Amino acid sequence: MICNVAQRIGFADAVGSKIALAVDEALCNVIKHGYQRAPDGWIWMDLYVDDGESPSLTIVLEDRASQIDPDQIRSRDLDDIRPGGLGVHIIKEIMDHVTYEKRDGGGMRLTMRKDLSAVPETVSESVSSTTDKGTADT
Amino acid sequence: MSGRDDIKVQTEQIDQALVVQPHGEIDLSRSPAFRTYLTQAVKKKPERLIIDLAEVPYMDSSGVATLVEAMQTARRTNAKLVLCGLQDKVRSIFEIARLDMVFTIVGTRDEALQS
Repeated sequence: MICNVAQRIGFADAVGSKIALAVDEALCNVIKHGYQRAPDGWIWMDLYVDDGESPSLTIVLEDRASQIDPDQIRSRDLDDIRPGGLGVHIIKEIMDHVTYEKRDGGGMRLTMRKDLSAVPETVSESVSSTTDKGTADT
Repeated sequence: MSGRDDIKVQTEQIDQALVVQPHGEIDLSRSPAFRTYLTQAVKKKPERLIIDLAEVPYMDSSGVATLVEAMQTARRTNAKLVLCGLQDKVRSIFEIARLDMVFTIVGTRDEALQS
């Protein structure tokens, strides 16, 4: 789904796959760290398509998992070669804007945006609508 | 038929090399099973441990973490770990994590046997 939406905005297939990877990593982090691997925690995902003058794809993930100080969510030193801890780096490397917030009433909100203008690889698909919003529960 | 958390892995001994070939996506749910296969493979102390990823269309950071752990364990047994057959999406995550220069990565299994 992520790839299809990204392609519709004009992102190349390879970029769409990377965006999907960033979302996958974000979901995994919520499941692993937020819900301590519990399989039944709620995660809400909203996609916002801006296909105006500065096209972009924004993905918002919200959960009811344990809260953490957003300042504590950091990429690790990549020179320290060890298993794990790559998810945040991958998300920040792929997406142009990444913001973690505590939700009122519990849980966290992650907002990630990818700007088409920041990507050299694009496809020349025409864009038909102005703004769409899709919601998926996972 | 394997379950969502299971993974099909073929192993083959070729001279002093042990080739491990997983099939399917390696993500958060399948990485633990893949880790078990790799742990068993390293314990056999092959001179060369080749992980053929030609049949892996997608891998997330949990799969990469499993391979990093295997590489570090292999080093302790003086085994050389070589990755081959990476598809574009899989190669991409190694590049993003800047691990493409840490692992020995070659194109094909034949190259891995000769590297």
